[in-house]
Amino acid sequence: MSYTLFILLLPLISFLLIGIVDLDIPKTGKVWSHKVAGLIGTASLGIVTILSYTTAYQYFFCTPRLSDGTLPTLVPYNTTWLPLGDLHFDLGILLDPISVMMLIVISTVSLMVHIYSFGYMHGERGFQRYYAYLSLFTMSMLGLVVATNIFQMYLFWELVGVSSYLLIGFYYTTAPAIAASKKAFIVTRFADMFFLVGILIFGYYTQSFNFSFAGTVEYADNVAHFIPCNPETALVKNAAMTVLPISLVLMFIGGAGKSAMFPLHIWLPDAMEGPTPVSALIHAATMVVAGVFQIARMFPIWIEYAPQSLSIVVWVGAFTAFYAAAVACAQSDIKRVLAFSTISQIAFMMVALGVCLPGHGEHLNHSGLGYMASMFHLFTHAMFKACLFLGAGCIIHAVHSNEMALMGGLRKYMPITHWTFLISCLAIAGIPFFSGFSSKDEIVTACFQYSPWCGAWMTMVAAMTAFYMFRLYYGIFWGTENKEAHAHHTPHEAPWTMTLPLVVLSVITVGTGVVTTLGGFLHWEWASFGSIVSASGIPYTVHFDPVVASVSTVVAVCSILLATWIYKDEKQPIADKMYAAAPRLHRWAYKRFYMDEVYQFVTHRIIFARVSRPIAWFDRHVIDGFFDFLAWGTHKTSALIKGFQSGSVQTYAFWFFLGTLLLLLIMLF
Amino acid sequence: MNFLSIFVLIPLLMLFGLWVARNLNQVRGVMVAGSTALLALAVYLTYIFIADRQTCDDPMLYTASFDWFPALNIKYSVGVDGISVAMLLLSAIIVFTGTFASWQLKPLTKEYFLWFTLLSMGVFGFFISVDMFAMFMFYEIALIPMYLLIGVWGSGKKEYSAMKLTLMLMGGSAFLMCGIFGIYYGTGAATMNIIDIANHTGGAHAFESGSLQNLWFVFTFAGFGVLGAMFPFHTWSPDGHASAPTAVSMLHAGVLMKLGGYGCFRIAMYLMPEAANELGWIFLILTGISVVYGAFSACVQTDLKYINAYSSVSHCGLVLFAILMMNQVACTGAILQMLSHGLMTALFFALIGMIYGRTHTRDVRELAGLMRIMPFLAVCYVIAGLANLGLPGLSGFVAEMTIFVGSFSNEGAFYTTLTIIACTSIVITAVYILRLVGKILYGVCTNEHHLALTDATWDERFSVVCLILSVAGLGLAPWWVSDMIGTGVSPIITVIDSAKEFLYVPF
Repeated sequence: MSYTLFILLLPLISFLLIGIVDLDIPKTGKVWSHKVAGLIGTASLGIVTILSYTTAYQYFFCTPRLSDGTLPTLVPYNTTWLPLGDLHFDLGILLDPISVMMLIVISTVSLMVHIYSFGYMHGERGFQRYYAYLSLFTMSMLGLVVATNIFQMYLFWELVGVSSYLLIGFYYTTAPAIAASKKAFIVTRFADMFFLVGILIFGYYTQSFNFSFAGTVEYADNVAHFIPCNPETALVKNAAMTVLPISLVLMFIGGAGKSAMFPLHIWLPDAMEGPTPVSALIHAATMVVAGVFQIARMFPIWIEYAPQSLSIVVWVGAFTAFYAAAVACAQSDIKRVLAFSTISQIAFMMVALGVCLPGHGEHLNHSGLGYMASMFHLFTHAMFKACLFLGAGCIIHAVHSNEMALMGGLRKYMPITHWTFLISCLAIAGIPFFSGFSSKDEIVTACFQYSPWCGAWMTMVAAMTAFYMFRLYYGIFWGTENKEAHAHHTPHEAPWTMTLPLVVLSVITVGTGVVTTLGGFLHWEWASFGSIVSASGIPYTVHFDPVVASVSTVVAVCSILLATWIYKDEKQPIADKMYAAAPRLHRWAYKRFYMDEVYQFVTHRIIFARVSRPIAWFDRHVIDGFFDFLAWGTHKTSALIKGFQSGSVQTYAFWFFLGTLLLLLIMLF
Repeated sequence: MNFLSIFVLIPLLMLFGLWVARNLNQVRGVMVAGSTALLALAVYLTYIFIADRQTCDDPMLYTASFDWFPALNIKYSVGVDGISVAMLLLSAIIVFTGTFASWQLKPLTKEYFLWFTLLSMGVFGFFISVDMFAMFMFYEIALIPMYLLIGVWGSGKKEYSAMKLTLMLMGGSAFLMCGIFGIYYGTGAATMNIIDIANHTGGAHAFESGSLQNLWFVFTFAGFGVLGAMFPFHTWSPDGHASAPTAVSMLHAGVLMKLGGYGCFRIAMYLMPEAANELGWIFLILTGISVVYGAFSACVQTDLKYINAYSSVSHCGLVLFAILMMNQVACTGAILQMLSHGLMTALFFALIGMIYGRTHTRDVRELAGLMRIMPFLAVCYVIAGLANLGLPGLSGFVAEMTIFVGSFSNEGAFYTTLTIIACTSIVITAVYILRLVGKILYGVCTNEHHLALTDATWDERFSVVCLILSVAGLGLAPWWVSDMIGTGVSPIITVIDSAKEFLYVPF
């Protein structure tokens, strides 16, 4: 399957091509080159998508399974990029169920975004630059998921960070975009520092950057052979056992930064300053789930060496899910609602990984439910959240604003957007026969297996999710129509380039939902996500727990009804009453519980004012002052003694005799 | 005549050519011909070196030696290993691009290029020499022209800066000279040749007892450390760079500061391994401070060149830091970092010079929205910034990762802690780089004088593109450079390791 290399190379080539051509665009053509840049990007992505689907088909259906039913891990390509003494830094392509699934997710969403951007970015200045960045991002993200070792993951991890920075700052003349891009990069970079230290610890103690231990993976015949770990040979020290959990937790901090977990989430809402298709691609579907993917990738090591530390993941995830859902209930900017919803949903995936513990199931490693559910939710969430964001893009395109107050009643003007948005809302709310139901239900089931409290907590968050999503839905498409805002400009449906991706994504959402829901109830083996992705690799059929399924459905329906009751009508007396009852709570939630202000204080008042400035002052005045003092001292000393060199013979004679006299006196006594 | 000496001969010929040149075009012609020849020679040397290294086990290749001052056993000895080849290549690239970066320099173009060429002769001579005294002499040749180049063609407080830079570096070389003679008499090997001294007793214990090895180590290391901008001897760097003309900043930060790291490694560590093992930790703390301190200082500067100078303090601190980690990977990383920092800081200074040449200000607060006005320069600036903060695919990442992996493999909480502290610099670097990009390139330009400015001319584009290609080349294909450097590092590390056995090491 050596053609997989082209999955990485094509976007890179199109990035370089568009990027270099872009530099000279102002002088040559205008519209022509716009279209060409877009076409090059989209065409290369189209080929990448075809290759990804071919890979997936060949991998899932044509590759013979191993004797225990697991899919083999293929390594079509691996080369040493940088030798580091005993260690080495490889670049390559690793295919296993989750990386192939990610290839599908990334290429599909990215292709949709490429097509969509034709309409959305039409006539924007920097159209080529936009497509160049998109290609760069796609290449980096694909490289991240097919990484053969943790260092390659880190390399592409940094690259996606930079692409995200460039795309958030796409409208670089506006102050919020500049601030947001800077914030996104620095916050994730801060987290990446922990990731790096984690990698260094890992590399040092295991003498390997592989996802399994040193000497336990051999890349030969395009297949990775995992040999059961032997601590005697694999680990440099016995200390590794105590050090590995630290290393994994440090890596998790890196993942938490990228995946916007509390308290490192602050960059994601601001990242909405970027163009909306970018928010759909990077800040909803692909890059922000990199942290989840990282934990899933390292999961065998977590389970083996740091099962207790997984509870950190659960705690962080559970809190973030609730926090973000609470904030999402009070936001008025539609993209911010979606951003907080993304944070909350990613936290669901994190929790699902965290609760996937050995001992909660038939086999030690095969409770697997949380792991499977997490990856499944990653897949479904990518599709419906991308659809929601792209829908939001259509709305913003029509209304020219992000504020919910300026919308309302749009369902008449934008039917396609309306229906696809509704489908995605139903999916995220967890209604049966929509994809979100199947995956979220599995997560909640896994949480209940872990602890009833955890399950109840996540059910509550799921209820909040349904509530705020329908608050958003009614706010946009129902409610009061803002005649003033629409007076000079009637909202209209977006062009086909923008609606086509919406339709495709919602078809995927419904299709996955119908098949998996039916499959879950009727125990269809072929329709089970567990047959391709599971913690141990051994396929199994998903069974819905009828109690959990019915409870979560009832909860979701109740929340939707509540939201309908409060927000559907033109006048919203209950909402006003709720606001009047607790204005401070609303304010706190609206201000995101003042987390940004805390960061502002720490960075500006402490790092800049209390560290950087004093250091700069110390450097200029103390250290530099010392050297200036040396020069000044030399100068003054020479001024002091230069009188001796007077040129007058009498003075010299006087000092000469004085000296002789002194010497005589010394010799005499 | 050994072909390595051509590296010194070409600048000498260029000096002669410049002397007889009658007009600007002839001056430019001589510079372009000379610097192209140097670059071609450096590339050729790299090529044949990699081939010959496979077949030859000597520590130095292409050696040659001529008696110069027999009374003190001073010889003119040349030879190269992987490290010096890398440095020669770096110098040739910087001299070549520096020529184009100062294409439009006025007035006194001829005189400027005379000093510039003399400086580069010193640099090339330093890197090909294996005789301590010859190295010292070339080192001085490289330092002196700096005074005139800054004092005459500089900007701002140029007299003060030129004086400060020269005096501080001269102070360093005074220490250095004491150190060199200390080594000469201390080893009793009756030679100034580095390789001979090292082989004199098979590496470790080259010094006779009671010969104050520790003192000479401190002298030599600190002497070179001044040039390597080691805390607290770095304060010449911000002032000096801020006042220097573009190509001089490029050459100084790009190459001359590397003389410091190179000398520390080649002379101080190689010849006095026991002292290095015993006292290394003191310098390790100082360089660790440099790394973080420089980065924090850069965060609040307002002059573009000051930001870059402090950033250099941080990055060059990392070079010395890695050298003092004293293992194969870290030291390879140090040399990679020298290459990488040399290229990207030259790129930075070139771009700053071009921006300053147009806007006549380097104050961050007065610049904004340059992306719209001079897109080419702005894009290059972003690339330089990304290289600086260690973006994969550009050179900084390769060097930093090698250093961190290497440093981390040293056992002991002391080394681990210091490495983690050094790791924080990658975050702080991001802070000041992005602050800069956000302030001067992004946003809307409000100064109407700036709106009429033009983008880069062909000579500027050429110079910048060459540097970017080098940075990207190193970043995308690091394995061959890393291998080449590794062959140069390993003999030195073997010596240092063998000295470790005899010693009590505090950590």
